Amino acid sequence: MGLTQLDKVWAEHVAADLGDGWSLLHIDRHLLHDLSGTGGLEEIAERGLSVRNPELCFATPDHAVSSAPGRTGETFAPGARLHAGLRDLSAASGLHYFGLGQMGQGIVHVMGPELGITLPGVTLVCGDSHTCTHGGLGALAFGIGSSEVAHVLATQTLRQRKPKTMRVSFEGAIPTGVMPKDMILHLIGTLGAAAGTGYAVEYAGSAIRALGIEGRLTICNLSIELGAKMGFVAPDDTTFAFVEGRRFAPKGAMFERAVAHWRTLPSDPDAVFDREVTIDMASVSPTITWGTSPEHAIAVDGIIPDPGTAPDPDRRAAWRSALDYMGLEPGRPLAGTKVDWVFIGSCTNSRMSDLRDAARLARGRHVAAGVTAWVVPGSEAVKREAEAEGLDAVFREAGFEWREPGCSMCVAANGERVPPGARSVSTSNRNFVGRQGPGARTHLASPAMAVAAAVTGAITDVRRL
Amino acid sequence: MQPFTRVVGPAAPLLRQNVDTDLIIRIEPLTQLKPSELGPHAFEQIRYRPDGSDDPDFVLNRPQFRGAPILIAGRNFGCGSSREGAVWALMSAGLRCVIAESFGDIFFANCFQNGMLPIALPGATVERLAALAADGAPFDVDLVGKVVRAPGGETVPFDVDAQRREALLEGLDEIGRTRKRDAEIAAWQAQDRTARPWIWQLAS
Ligand code: SF4
Repeated sequence: MGLTQLDKVWAEHVAADLGDGWSLLHIDRHLLHDLSGTGGLEEIAERGLSVRNPELCFATPDHAVSSAPGRTGETFAPGARLHAGLRDLSAASGLHYFGLGQMGQGIVHVMGPELGITLPGVTLVCGDSHTCTHGGLGALAFGIGSSEVAHVLATQTLRQRKPKTMRVSFEGAIPTGVMPKDMILHLIGTLGAAAGTGYAVEYAGSAIRALGIEGRLTICNLSIELGAKMGFVAPDDTTFAFVEGRRFAPKGAMFERAVAHWRTLPSDPDAVFDREVTIDMASVSPTITWGTSPEHAIAVDGIIPDPGTAPDPDRRAAWRSALDYMGLEPGRPLAGTKVDWVFIGSCTNSRMSDLRDAARLARGRHVAAGVTAWVVPGSEAVKREAEAEGLDAVFREAGFEWREPGCSMCVAANGERVPPGARSVSTSNRNFVGRQGPGARTHLASPAMAVAAAVTGAITDVRRL
Repeated sequence: MQPFTRVVGPAAPLLRQNVDTDLIIRIEPLTQLKPSELGPHAFEQIRYRPDGSDDPDFVLNRPQFRGAPILIAGRNFGCGSSREGAVWALMSAGLRCVIAESFGDIFFANCFQNGMLPIALPGATVERLAALAADGAPFDVDLVGKVVRAPGGETVPFDVDAQRREALLEGLDEIGRTRKRDAEIAAWQAQDRTARPWIWQLAS
């Protein structure tokens, strides 16, 4: 029987067999951010330990820094201690650090791929659940807690058990108006937010092959919202072309050697998965969430579900409280619901392809009266490239605010919040109660649908714009 | 790490599904407070009324569940963010054990790092235990015997990974244990430098 990509990459990284199915897994790349990285570095310093392999650690502030134009690490005062801590402890330990205003700074999950830190077949961790994003390049990447961050800093390894495998195949041509974000929201809406628990998800199929790397990163980003700690796509020529020439990626003959190895990583044709799911692309529409879990996702031209029709009492209760929190009435179309805020950003959708999609629709239109709309590029590099293409001007002319790179309103850890009761269409990945600020009502959608909402002032089917 | 052998006390039923770690602890207190100070912020958004007073409908505010060490939770408890603060907030609020049908993977692992015991049981069993818990009578969660004793005498055995159980019972320090294997890690790295030099020879 053939091996899956998970089998191959896992086996390659076992530094010791700990018995009972536990492995001491070597970690090739460790990303750190202000919120969990600072604490991890403090913890090992307090214990009198040092960073075992600082050359494999890459740090940047993103969560608790302001995204206001002209910001410094102190602009959001409550985050100043975390910002300074990450900077100073990174310098003291000799790990790579990308500060505000420098190339490399940005949301960790945008920074890793763009600098060539993320490579096919590496094990990559970060104290952040959306580390699964990096699977878009064929990395085995997953989020960890802060105790594990300290463990990796001190030992460059983690004690892990191999997850089960699930292959999700998206087959068929991508319908007009459908973006990678719609594909993954549709999947989560279909399978539920716990379907991936205990699994590593491999995304496959003709529609995945047709996507560029940024689209694959978006899909892998929401693996954790399916419950899966890790999700990835087999590396292919698209992957190698993306990696080539990036700052920390191998060069010349070393690159060729790496590619030869990466070509051996995809799952064998006869590999068997613990679970197989196929999604027919013809069934995928532009998708948006209506509730407070990413599984509360429906086609944008769909009807707000009635808890009375929920498949079980648990879901009936969950739908009821979600509708109550979101201020929505069952049985009505979701499209047309008035919107107050629009956020284009986050590690899900803040890369160049996202901003180009958004700008194409924003050009020549204007944000509706009463709507506040922000565009927050994912990294300093994205910001500079977008400005070089004039996208910032397109957004400004259309009435959007153009801001500095960071997590911003995705997480509300930086003073940037959607006000209580206000309704937001956001390109981020979590519509949890209070995620964008206490009482904020979040609808997750693609950058294109976010622009459609901004310029019409309501949830709008982008195909009708 | 605080060892866990046995916990006896009321079990508060909170059978809401998909309780995410943002709901358990909002991110803002995590930027400001120490783990031991997070208790008052646990479940903040569903625990207090708009004026800041306790919401009497929230289970941990009911007299029989104040200070309960056990939580009986809905499916997919602790999904979402990797924030270990979710475990710290629950512990700071006095909880030591969560019983649910399923858990978010990262939250589940974070529990074991902190001396918190997550127990996964079939949904029907969780519901039955929740019904028995209603009046606040004490449960006995025994990690040595791997059994939950419910009020009224029902005993429910549970599975827990052998290595995790041992670490909890002994309060073992994971970093210390792994550091004893440093020679193996060094040997692995030495062979990998030859096998995959691009991991190690970072350009720039
Ligand atoms: S953008 Fe949002 S989801 Fe992504 S790392 Fe930052 S806070 Fe987390």
